[in-house]
Amino acid sequence: MSVITIERKVLEKNDEIARENRALFADHGVYVINMVSSPGAGKTSILERTLERLRTTLRIAVIEGDVQTDLDARRVAKYNVPAVQIVTRGGCHLEANLIRDAIGNLDLKACDLLVIENVGNLVCPSNYDLGEAVKVVVASTTEGDDKPLKYPSMFRNASVLIINKIDLLPYLQSNVAVLRENALKINPSLTVFETSCTTGAGMDAWCSWLTENARQKTAS
Amino acid sequence: MHELSIAQGIVDIVGHYVPRARFDTVRCVRVRVGDLAGVVPDSLAFCFTAVTAGTPMAEALLEIERVPYTIRCTDCTSESTTEPGLALCPRCGSIATTIIAGTELQVMTIDVDEETPEHS
Repeated sequence: MSVITIERKVLEKNDEIARENRALFADHGVYVINMVSSPGAGKTSILERTLERLRTTLRIAVIEGDVQTDLDARRVAKYNVPAVQIVTRGGCHLEANLIRDAIGNLDLKACDLLVIENVGNLVCPSNYDLGEAVKVVVASTTEGDDKPLKYPSMFRNASVLIINKIDLLPYLQSNVAVLRENALKINPSLTVFETSCTTGAGMDAWCSWLTENARQKTAS
Repeated sequence: MHELSIAQGIVDIVGHYVPRARFDTVRCVRVRVGDLAGVVPDSLAFCFTAVTAGTPMAEALLEIERVPYTIRCTDCTSESTTEPGLALCPRCGSIATTIIAGTELQVMTIDVDEETPEHS
């Protein structure tokens, strides 16, 4: 019997492709965000409100990840932005190679901001680097204020937290201050926005942040 | 449930060290899984059995070493094993902490029978 020392990361192949994606995005000056959340937190609605506000300011492209159907890409296409749908057919997250394939269908030269909407899942997508600049985690008030403690990895790996559906707070037990506090216990450096896609509350602050970051990237 | 693709990834990495034709010589694969790696050890063990079933590696054992989530505090310089993901130092309450262990997801060593296979 002999022992072979390996000491390699299981996800090294994904990480390597993610590095290539990141280099490609940098070459083209594209700012890339990876939106993650549990199913139904409001990623697509936030994206729609964002496109309404920013599509004339920034050149935006979208990659939609879903287990099944192209419903989300169709929702986004109404805003006249290039959109590619990835259907994972059961896969619970997007991987870097799927993004590499999808960007073959996009003109990165004509793009300032690429939004990747990941599969709704608060566990698996946190492990897979796609080559994005930042992960944006969306937590909705209806999910309760203890989500960050239950799914720490996702909140630890994200740079931005959007607390969505704040218009529903009068009808709920959950407390935004507690949600925010729990998220900051996991990741003190999170930038936090509170939004409602129904009333539009908080969308301007989020869109200003996004525009500023995308412009910095484009200028660099 | 991404443990299935992780299990497949482990088998693929072993394939860099042992030719697939000699997968029946692999006795044990040792992996390290951090408590914040987002991988359920029992589920990974189950998936490893599933992806190796009916292949020459079916007899190989998967040994999972769990790595506790550990942070180092910049303020009080202590190292603590704490609730996975928490940035809060349990000693002094500071949030100026860095993760020093618990995010690992690595193949460490494998045991193979007889002569050492070629490294590729």
